[in-house]
Amino acid sequence: MESQLSLIWAGIIGTAVAMYVILDGFDLGIGTLSALAKEHTERSQMIRSIAPFWDGNETWLVLGGVGMFVAFPRAYAVIMPALYVPVIVMLLALVIRGVAFEFREVSRSKRLWDGAFAVGSTLAGFCQGVILGNLIGDIRVENGAFAGSPFDWATPFAIVCGFGVVAGYALLGATWLVMKTRGAVAERAREHSKVLLMVVIIFMAIVSLWTPLAMPRIAERWLPNILYLWPVPLATAAVAFWGWRSLANGREVAPFLSSILLFALGYLGLGISTFPYLVPPSLTIWQAAASPASQTFMLAGTLVLLPLIFGYTGLIYWLFRGKANPDESYH
Amino acid sequence: MEPVLLARLQFAFTISFHIIFPTLTIGLSAYMATLALMAQATGKEHYRRLARFWTKIFAVSFAMGVVSGVVLSYELGTNWSRFSVAAGNVVGPLAGYEVLSAFFLEATFLSILLFGVNKVPRWLHSLSAVIVAIGTAISAFWILSANSWMNTPVGHEFRDGVAYPIDWYAIVFNPSFIYRLGHMLNASYLTAGFVVLAVGARFLIAGRHMDEARTMLRMAIGLLCVLAPLQLLLGDLHGLNTLAHQPIKVAAMEAHWDSHQPGDFHIFAWPDETAELNRFAISIPRGASLILTHDPAGRFSGLKDVPANSRPPVKPVFFAFRIMLAIGFVMIAITFAGALLWWRNTLFTSHWYLRTIAQSWWIGFVAVLAGWVVTESGRQPWIIYEIMRTDEASSPVPGAAIAVTLVLFVLVYGLVFSFGIYYINRLIAKGIERPLGEPPEFGPPLAAAMPLGRNA
Repeated sequence: MESQLSLIWAGIIGTAVAMYVILDGFDLGIGTLSALAKEHTERSQMIRSIAPFWDGNETWLVLGGVGMFVAFPRAYAVIMPALYVPVIVMLLALVIRGVAFEFREVSRSKRLWDGAFAVGSTLAGFCQGVILGNLIGDIRVENGAFAGSPFDWATPFAIVCGFGVVAGYALLGATWLVMKTRGAVAERAREHSKVLLMVVIIFMAIVSLWTPLAMPRIAERWLPNILYLWPVPLATAAVAFWGWRSLANGREVAPFLSSILLFALGYLGLGISTFPYLVPPSLTIWQAAASPASQTFMLAGTLVLLPLIFGYTGLIYWLFRGKANPDESYH
Repeated sequence: MEPVLLARLQFAFTISFHIIFPTLTIGLSAYMATLALMAQATGKEHYRRLARFWTKIFAVSFAMGVVSGVVLSYELGTNWSRFSVAAGNVVGPLAGYEVLSAFFLEATFLSILLFGVNKVPRWLHSLSAVIVAIGTAISAFWILSANSWMNTPVGHEFRDGVAYPIDWYAIVFNPSFIYRLGHMLNASYLTAGFVVLAVGARFLIAGRHMDEARTMLRMAIGLLCVLAPLQLLLGDLHGLNTLAHQPIKVAAMEAHWDSHQPGDFHIFAWPDETAELNRFAISIPRGASLILTHDPAGRFSGLKDVPANSRPPVKPVFFAFRIMLAIGFVMIAITFAGALLWWRNTLFTSHWYLRTIAQSWWIGFVAVLAGWVVTESGRQPWIIYEIMRTDEASSPVPGAAIAVTLVLFVLVYGLVFSFGIYYINRLIAKGIERPLGEPPEFGPPLAAAMPLGRNA
């Protein structure tokens, strides 16, 4: 029972992180793309397409962090100090781009907060990629605590992951714009999506080759089991092809769905590589688990509240469905 | 500097910055909900315009509260990883319930409130205001429960330095929780009340939006007449509860050293921690004994009851308590003066009074910050009262990394805060939107009498 509890919690946190990456992914990506907008009205069109959603999207990040604290406090206590610098920089970047949503509407000179929005969004995505890279790689742990130095995180692999995530978020953002905007913004987003799709595929290939070559643990997971696991890379290739076709054929919703699927498959692949570790190679989900009483107490509420949250998150996306109205703002 | 001290500075800075915004948004959301319900009930556009005006200000401060709150959910791990391991089993679920029951609710229905005015029926729009207000209060419920458990931990057992929950009801409703919750929620409503009062006065002085401004003043004074005295009572109850469970915190609040003597109430003093006595004391003899034990000869714990290394820092606790108390009395005075003027029908023309309240929008925030200094510094040197010391709770992160990020926090938050205040001020200056076609309102007496007022 106890081991199943930890599995359930790993599933819940995995879901929260996936929700976060996909949902905040597209709005952080739009931050990056907003730097390429030709004029202020275009930028407003992009940003207003995500204005009703970003706050809820970011709440999944809080759920991921707090969920880890609730269910796996020992992992939380190792990961946060180990990734101190990228975590804090990410948080600061999120502060800046979060307030920029409001401030740019009120301020007279738009340059400052438009710039802050683009830089903050991109930096936050980059830091998240660095964090991801470190959670795949190894973190030095002694006696259950982080035992490395403050810049251990700055590995070439983590930096590559950082750029990969920025590109991936931009792809999500661009395909969102294809779906939710009209005119020049949507057309340019379609062109960006094609380029970004190629870039993302290249990054996925690099990570897929790098990890088994550099980390025997990951090679041992994939190679002997390739008989069962081959559908994962195959499906990834198929989804990428579908995304490309739908972009070329002028479809509006399919490109976004395909980029979500692409993310989901990449996420699944990383999950296969690292399971059951939360902090490879020292802490598994069972070693990091909170007491069963705590996991159970929280699970009871989660089973009631999480479906409700899915319900009203769905309500918001349904309410603000269709093309965003660029003139709509409550200011 | 020591890593622990730096980690504390960083946490104190980021959490103090954060608490400003929830304090305002808890109170303002309740006000917006009231306005929305009144508009719904009376059908008067007047209330809806007011609700819309406050919603914009709410949105800016809510955004600052959200982003600074995300920081805190990670800082427990980055700065206090050993605390996270020791207390995660107990504190973790309380924080988890906050996220699940409040954060998503607030985010979703705030979006409807901000962007849904033309997309949803009016009743749902009004209901969203109510749900946001309830969400902010639920959020306060859980996070104050977690904080209260750190002050008055019960319902758990410690094995090998890790807390294991035994009784969740006892943990959630730990001995100081209800007092803290009442005191803090009331503080939020008070703080927002004074902000509304100030903005209403500002409009009256400038001769703008006279109708709406009068409504703001009437609603605020009516509410504050109840809440300001109530806060004194709630504070007193909270203090007595602290005396029962954390007597040394109370000793620091009163700078009371010797438990064998009755306690004086020091209006002013300079507590000298090395000499273990107060200098320059101006005191009401036996005042503290009277307040705390309801007996002028009553005895209560003094700082010297515990060794020096188990005492909180006396000066910050002592002075912050006095600041909070003084503001509490000022609030009561302002409110009652307003009620008196209202009764004599001169509220909207008493120049001196309008000027005073237009300038006092900040007093609630200072009182809240002072109150948190009292309770959190007063808990020291413990992070979990009498169980775990703060210096045993930090993360294995070198001081230099914390120092650099502390500087970054100060720079970024300083920038965000300055612009935030500036933009909120601009939203207030822009005023309340009037329906198209209706001529702008220019007020009669006060604006004419004060040429500068119109630019206020």
